[in-house]
Formats: sequence, C-alpha cells, structure tokens
Amino acid sequence: MDLAIFLIQCLNSLQYGLLLFLVASGLTLIFGIMGVINLAHGSFYMIGAYMAYALAPVVGATFGGGFFATLFVGLVLSVVLGYVLEWAFYSYLYEREHLQQVLMTYGLILVFEELRSLTVGDDVHGVKAPEILAGTIALGDTMTYPVYRLFISGVCLLLALGMYIVFTRTRLGMMIRAGSTNREMVQSLGIDIQFLYRVVFAAGVAIAVLAGMVAAPVSSVYPNMGGQVLIICFVVVVIGGIGSIRGALLAALLIGFVDTFGKVLLPQAAGVLVYVLMALILLWKPDGLFKAG
Amino acid sequence: MQSDIRSKSVFVGLTFLALAAYPLVAGNFGVDLVTKIMVYAIFALSLELLVGGTGLVCFGHAAFFGIGAYATVLLSPQNDPGSALLLLPAAIVAAGVYALAVGSLSLRTKGVYFIMVTLAFAQMAYYVVHDTPLGGGTDGIYLNFKPVAGPLDLDGPLTLYFFTLAVLVAVFGFLALISRSRFGRALAGIRVNEQRMRATGFATYPYKLAAFTLSGSLAGLAGFLFAVKDGYVNPEMLSWHLSGSVLIMIILGGIGHLRGALIGAFAFALLQEFFKSEAIFGAFAKHWHLGLGLTIIASVALLPRGLVGVPGQLKERLVGRSSRRAETSEAQDDLA
Repeated sequence: MDLAIFLIQCLNSLQYGLLLFLVASGLTLIFGIMGVINLAHGSFYMIGAYMAYALAPVVGATFGGGFFATLFVGLVLSVVLGYVLEWAFYSYLYEREHLQQVLMTYGLILVFEELRSLTVGDDVHGVKAPEILAGTIALGDTMTYPVYRLFISGVCLLLALGMYIVFTRTRLGMMIRAGSTNREMVQSLGIDIQFLYRVVFAAGVAIAVLAGMVAAPVSSVYPNMGGQVLIICFVVVVIGGIGSIRGALLAALLIGFVDTFGKVLLPQAAGVLVYVLMALILLWKPDGLFKAG
Repeated sequence: MQSDIRSKSVFVGLTFLALAAYPLVAGNFGVDLVTKIMVYAIFALSLELLVGGTGLVCFGHAAFFGIGAYATVLLSPQNDPGSALLLLPAAIVAAGVYALAVGSLSLRTKGVYFIMVTLAFAQMAYYVVHDTPLGGGTDGIYLNFKPVAGPLDLDGPLTLYFFTLAVLVAVFGFLALISRSRFGRALAGIRVNEQRMRATGFATYPYKLAAFTLSGSLAGLAGFLFAVKDGYVNPEMLSWHLSGSVLIMIILGGIGHLRGALIGAFAFALLQEFFKSEAIFGAFAKHWHLGLGLTIIASVALLPRGLVGVPGQLKERLVGRSSRRAETSEAQDDLA
C-alpha cells in the first residue's frame, strides 16, 4: 500500500468514524442522561438523509435553494421533531423498564419506516454534493480526494468541539451533567428537569438528523439505512462506555479505522471485524473504555 | 393463589387442545401458518428462560436458531431423507455448543453490555454464514429431502404440524418443570438479586451458563423445525432482525411468564398477518409495518405488563370501581 492510498484510507476512516460519532453521541446522551434505550435513533439518521433528498426541491422553490439552506431547514424541523417526540412518547418511558422502552422504540422504527415509504417511496436515491464542495484536491501525483468528504469531517469536528464546550463550560452543560447523576436533587434545586431532558433529546435528534443530511451525498439514500447505523452506533456506545461522550468519540474513530482498513486489507472478513473488536474490548473491559460516573 | 395457578394451567391446557383440534377446521394455509407460529413460540420460550427466568437479556438469540437450522440442512444426506432422530439432537447440540462458548465469555459482562456482546457473537455467526461458502452465502441452501422420524414422514404438513405441537408441549412442560425445580429457583434468585444469591453461597456463574446453554439449545431445536418446515435456510435466520423480533414477542406477551412467550408469539405473528391482509386493508396492506408499529406503541402505553397482565388489569379496574361504589354507598348510608 503506497502512501497516497494509505492517506486516503485514513481520511475515509476519519470521516466515517466522525459521522458515527455524531449519531452515537446522541444515543449515548439519551441513554446516559435519561436512561432510555432508543432503538429509533437510527431512524433519525434515515430521516435526515431523506430530508436532504426530499427537502432540496421544496427549499429550492421557496428560498431559492442551496444545500446549506436545506441543511438549515432540516435542522430546524428536526429540533421540532425531537421536541414533539419527547413530549408525546419518550417522556412516558423514563419510569418504565428498559424492555418496555425497547418495545416502544421498536414500534417507532416501524412507524418511521412506513411513513418514509408513504411520503417519499422505497427507491434508492442519490443526493448531489453542493457545487462549491464538489471538487477534489490532489494527493500525490495521481490520487485525488473529494472535498466534500473533508467538509463532512470538518462539520463533525466542529460539532464535537461545540458539544465539548457546552458540556464542560456552560451552565446548561452543568445542569445536564447534574441531572444525569441525580434527577430528584436537581429538580429540588429548582431546575426544570423536564425541559432540560426535552432539550437534550431534541439536540440528540437534531445531531442525528444533521449527520444523515451531510452523509446523504456520500452514502446515497436508501430504505432501512437507519437499521445499519443503529447497530453500529450501539457498538460505538458500548465500546466507549455508556454515557461517555469522550468514549464515544474514541470508539467511533476506532470503529471507523477498523472497518475501513478491514475492507481494504481483509475484504472477506470485513463485516465481522467490528464485532470481534467489540467482543474483545468488552471481555477485557466489561464496562467499556470510559465508563461515565 | 391456588385458584390462580389452576386458571393458568387451564388456560395453557385449553390452548394446546385448541391447537390440536385446529387442523380439523383449517385449510393448508392455516396449518402452515400455525406451524410457523408454533416454531416461533418454541423459539420465544427458549428466550423467555433467559430473559424472564434468569434476567439475562440476549440480543443474539437468532444465532442459535440459525445454527440449529443450518446444522439440520448441512448434516442431511444429499440424495435421501435424513433421520430426524439424528438431525434433531445434532441441531440441538450444535446450537448448544455455540451457546456454551458464547455464554462462557459474554456472562462476564452485565446489563446493556451483555445485550451487546450477545449481539456481537450473533453478528459473527451471521457473517460467517453470509460471507463464506460454508453456508451457501447470501442465497442460502435448500434441504433436498425432509427428514423422517421413524414412521413419521415430516414432509407431510399435518405430520409436521402435530410433531411441532408435540415439541411445543414438551418444551413448555420442560420449562415449567424447570421453573419449579431447585435450578429454576436459583435462576429466579439470580434475576432478583445476584449479589444476595452469591452471599448465600451460590456460585451464580455456572447457573447462568447452564441456563444460557440450555436456552441456546432449545433455540436450536426451534431452528431444526423451521428448516424442516421451509426446506430452506438463509443467513437472515441469524440476523439481528430476528433476534429483535423474538425479543419483541416475549415483551409483548409479558416477561416472566411462560405463557407470555406463547401468547406473544401468536399475537405478534397474527398481528403481522392481520395488517398484511389485503382482504381487510386493500392496497394499504403493503404498509403493514405502520399498523404493527402503532399497535406495539399502543400496547406499551396501555399494557405495561404485556398481554399476560390484561386479566389482572381488568380485575383491578373492576375491583377498583366496585370498591369505590361501595365507598360512595357507605357515604350515602352515613348521610341517611
């Protein structure tokens, strides 16, 4: 493997890992803070990808179009979606057993998939990358790398940084961290925990939707894409340690590299590598790499 | 309490009697459908031993089911019918050995981590079958001749129906006996409080491993029946979708009760058939997931204890209402 190919695979791994991190971070937050196992999280990724496809013409007709306008509209819609979903469904799950949560969120997956099928159909679609980012940059003499993939990594890194700052440096982040440790105590200090949860949930949904939207031009848009992502993201969450953002980031990058290089070096065993990795890590550290308090 | 146990056994007995009488009134489609549901019921029962009996949530149970099915097909002779008396134990052993290996490793973890490790091992089995020539790849393999069990030829739909029913009754009875045995009590103790079980001197790990292996073996038995019924196996039988579905079945039915697995398997499969039915929904039937999903969501909202808890909920409501009425009438008496 020469240097240019190696470099390209590294960039691909990075981009895939960071994308996984975006979806997994919402999953680990919702699980770690609210204690809800949200199987429908993959569906939000799917919804995002389909938004990128289906909203583009609508946004084009009303606001004059553009990839970034679509992104913005999708983001606003997803915050609303997350807020409403938390209010209508998830807020009833906090006191329930985990298996009841599994059952309800499984039901939600079925509903989301069918609503998608009813509104957009079951076809596979491609989404075009925006003009400004459609180019490539040269790597070495013969190789090129698409700018859009770098853009994805950039967006993911910015979001990760933003999340880190919100969590460690702001009052909101402090309240969220406190709420995950002791719900009743935070409530008795006069903080509206219900609202706090709703915000966290809406943010988790928005991040997953955003991940789906920026990934759409690279991965194309197809039915059941949520299921694939969901399982891999659970792997990320568990390897990283439930509730740990830092762990999720590290685990997502690890999975990104193992999966991408697995496909190049050991194509026969590519699918299984990620799971072997997870099994090994959990047998070594039964609570994941970074267990949150 | 005594009458409660009696009414439960009456319910289960009547269910099995109804299943035995069902072919008298059903056509080919019905017999085939109920055979399939009974196989799922056996599969669900095997998982219930782990989830409801021991408190271990396994999210990779389809692996054992699929390994049982693949073992059946791969060990069958190419050109004449195999013997079910050999293939059935072989399927059970194959699934059991994998369950022993998976269990011995994954039982080191707990809770959600356990769920995910069992998923990981199931995915490994899935990819082995999916990506290697061993299992015929994505296309799966056909079972050329269905096995015979002594004088019984399992190729006949009715023979297979009654054979499956007999296995279902046997598995149900076996698990009911286990739950009343010392072993079953120990598992229940582990479910409620593993720490305390250890403090009272039980080495809990071997108990959990035995339950895991047994559960996997029974799933392999269900896999054997499925392979014989369809005459065909493919990698999807090991997929996490199926592991999820069977988990949904027992949650829907009600965790912690053997009949919950039975009811859940029937309810889940019949709901699917209902929403898929073009006679009722016409062209909308192809969107059957929507109806199923909404029903599942409604069941979580309305039936927190699963379908098994419905009579109890009704009773509480009735009792609640009549006691409230008694109070009001007493209040009126006071006034008078």
